[in-house]
Amino acid sequence: MSAGHPAEVEALYGDYPLDHAFDEMREPDGQLRPHYRALAETLARLPQDELQRCKQSAELSFLTQGITFTVYGREEGTERIFPYDLLPRVITAQEWNRIERGLTQRINALNLFLRDVYSDAKILSDRVVPRDLVYSCKHYRRQMRGLQVPRNVYIAVVGSDLLRLNTGEFVVLEDNLRVPSGVSYMLTNRRVMKRTFPQLFQSSGVRPIEHYPQLLLATLRSLAPEGRPEPNIVLLTPGVFNSAYFEHTYLARQMGIDLVEGRDLVTHDNIVYMRTTDGLKRVDVIYRRVDDDFSDPLIFRADSALGCAGLFNAYRAGNVTVTNAFGTGLADDKALYAYVPRIIRYYLNEDPILPNVETYLLTDEKERQHVLANLDKLVVKAVGESGGYGMLIGPHSTARQREEFARQIEENPRNYIAQPTLDFSRAPCLIGNRLEPRHVDLRPYILFGDKVNIVPGGLTRVALEKGSLVVNSSQGGGSKDTWVLE
Amino acid sequence: MLSRVADSLYWMSRYLERAENTVRQLDVTMSLMLDTSGTSAGARWQRLAASLGKPPDIEWNGDLETMASRLIFDELNHASITFCLDAARENARQVREEISTEQWQRLNRLYHQMHSPHAVTQFRSSISDVLASVLDGIHLFKGVTDTTMIHGQGWHFIRLGRYLERAYATATLLEVYQADLFSAPEREHSGYQYLEQVGLLRCCTAFEAYCQVYTADLTPDHILEFLLLNRDFPHAIRYSVDGVRQAIESIQRTGGRRPPDELTAGVGRLSAMLGFTSIREILAGDAALFLHTIREQCLRIHELVYRYYIHYSIQSALAV
Repeated sequence: MSAGHPAEVEALYGDYPLDHAFDEMREPDGQLRPHYRALAETLARLPQDELQRCKQSAELSFLTQGITFTVYGREEGTERIFPYDLLPRVITAQEWNRIERGLTQRINALNLFLRDVYSDAKILSDRVVPRDLVYSCKHYRRQMRGLQVPRNVYIAVVGSDLLRLNTGEFVVLEDNLRVPSGVSYMLTNRRVMKRTFPQLFQSSGVRPIEHYPQLLLATLRSLAPEGRPEPNIVLLTPGVFNSAYFEHTYLARQMGIDLVEGRDLVTHDNIVYMRTTDGLKRVDVIYRRVDDDFSDPLIFRADSALGCAGLFNAYRAGNVTVTNAFGTGLADDKALYAYVPRIIRYYLNEDPILPNVETYLLTDEKERQHVLANLDKLVVKAVGESGGYGMLIGPHSTARQREEFARQIEENPRNYIAQPTLDFSRAPCLIGNRLEPRHVDLRPYILFGDKVNIVPGGLTRVALEKGSLVVNSSQGGGSKDTWVLE
Repeated sequence: MLSRVADSLYWMSRYLERAENTVRQLDVTMSLMLDTSGTSAGARWQRLAASLGKPPDIEWNGDLETMASRLIFDELNHASITFCLDAARENARQVREEISTEQWQRLNRLYHQMHSPHAVTQFRSSISDVLASVLDGIHLFKGVTDTTMIHGQGWHFIRLGRYLERAYATATLLEVYQADLFSAPEREHSGYQYLEQVGLLRCCTAFEAYCQVYTADLTPDHILEFLLLNRDFPHAIRYSVDGVRQAIESIQRTGGRRPPDELTAGVGRLSAMLGFTSIREILAGDAALFLHTIREQCLRIHELVYRYYIHYSIQSALAV
């Protein structure tokens, strides 16, 4: 046994399989990666019941703080805590540097893309991106054509999903450009972590993330309409039944801004007001956590009670900033995703720093035939869905599910894409008394106001079920703290 | 502050006050039932129901334990303690960003406590332990409310809710009890009569305070005077109405709008009525009517607060 492997470390692992998937903690030969050594040794020194005690106290703290999310489609117990894994996921400074540069490049390009598509559409005329792909996207908003958005920023708040492949390289799985959620878990995970492993944390040199709400506020302020030096900034939530409601209240409180619902807002003469005990108060910036469809019943879905009638016209008149802008879902459409490397090259004249996952477009006859023949090996996703809904994971599917998807693909090929089943990386998690590897992804949170700002870290989501590849909270996923080292 | 937020804070506070009131009255009623007086358990329960405002579905069925369980745990019954606490928490959850973390945690803990299987076990072994722990939770919440929340408009709405609910509930209680209080033969000292009177005082946590003012010499006039007109005792109606008045004045002061005359006048009138009437005058007239008037005026104040601060019309707001 080598010096880096005390016997206790070994005991904690027990049956810890290493195979072709990249393991965040261990080299293929079983050696600990250097940046995980301090963590592994600290864990090994703790008495076993101490770990359990930490886990329980962490869980209790989430429950009493009311850090819960809502699961749709269940009648009972709709409020649950988001399972939290005690062990941090560690990322080196060098790895982070690449992620940061890659995401900055990508977000800049996607923002330019949105601006272009909603104004001159040069990229379509130059045939870099097919015209019909854009205009058939269900998140394309005709209403946004020719509309000048403040500072040309369409996507102020982004949370991109990254995976690490078995080569050790990070790739972008998807860009969440509409209303990405989960940042409150990133922040609360860190708080619980600091309480659980104070010494380890201190000695590891972890870069801070706690200033995210402040950065978000500064971003929102930088986007205020002209001539409003003391803007009234609010967070628009769908309300208490939304799965991310906890996060909305958390962010509003951390930023010290009002949390409003659609019913708190009224528009008059293209100005948005909120109803206060002191009469009507003008609203300047809306951080919108309500989907496009539900934002304004006069423009989008008429049956929505969550939005504010007249909001879009006030926005068009430039009297209020709404962010993210409407129609940004276009650029995170899963079929357009395949074109993002081309989009980056087109606008920035650079090679993408973070690669994409190989993606088959089912509108293409040849690719579709290939996909249909290999459904049992591929992952099929509906282009407009998120949260792990509308997905077929080939190797884990039944013949009937595959038939069903094949039928739907033939019916509406534009609505689906396929990707190879990825063997993305695994990180050690505390399962029972043992460490076991589970698949993880990484969602860094990107802010775009005056410039792109990314807090070092993000939300590492974990597929807590053994062998599972689905990390979404609505599908039994959990999360852990993410450490980016100095 | 957002009207919706003020609305939620106000109701959070009212529901908590209501839960506390129910806890105390249930506790007193159950301990009175221990003594074999002439009054039957059914009659006592009916009086309890009446002083809680005659909520539906709590008619006496002859078994105290199921009745108590229903009044404590039945989350579908709007009179139950659990329902009130759930409603308070739901209101708090909708304004989670406006209240302090300490407040939220207290309330959330109380909620989980009522819904845990442990509460039912505890109920089987000792009902009064359950009630005592609920009271503890509510007291803690009020404590952190005063010490951790900014004393701005939101806090004043919480106080408004608390005192308006208290004034209304105490008036209801006295209206129900006052007939019994004076029906006993003049100055006849029976032990049962004494227990009844202590019970009424304890419904308002007023027994010890009463003794400090009048000694343990319990007379109906003094009891009514104390619970109605005392200026310094927090559960007396006059004190509560003063609390309402102060809360509304503070809300008006922190806002930028001219206060509505109707509301100022309404609160002032009620406050003056309690401040400048003696117990002799009240007893010479119709005491029940007097208490009834207090309740009516409380409802009126609630309506005016709503019309002015919560559900005002857009036209009226734009006209300013």
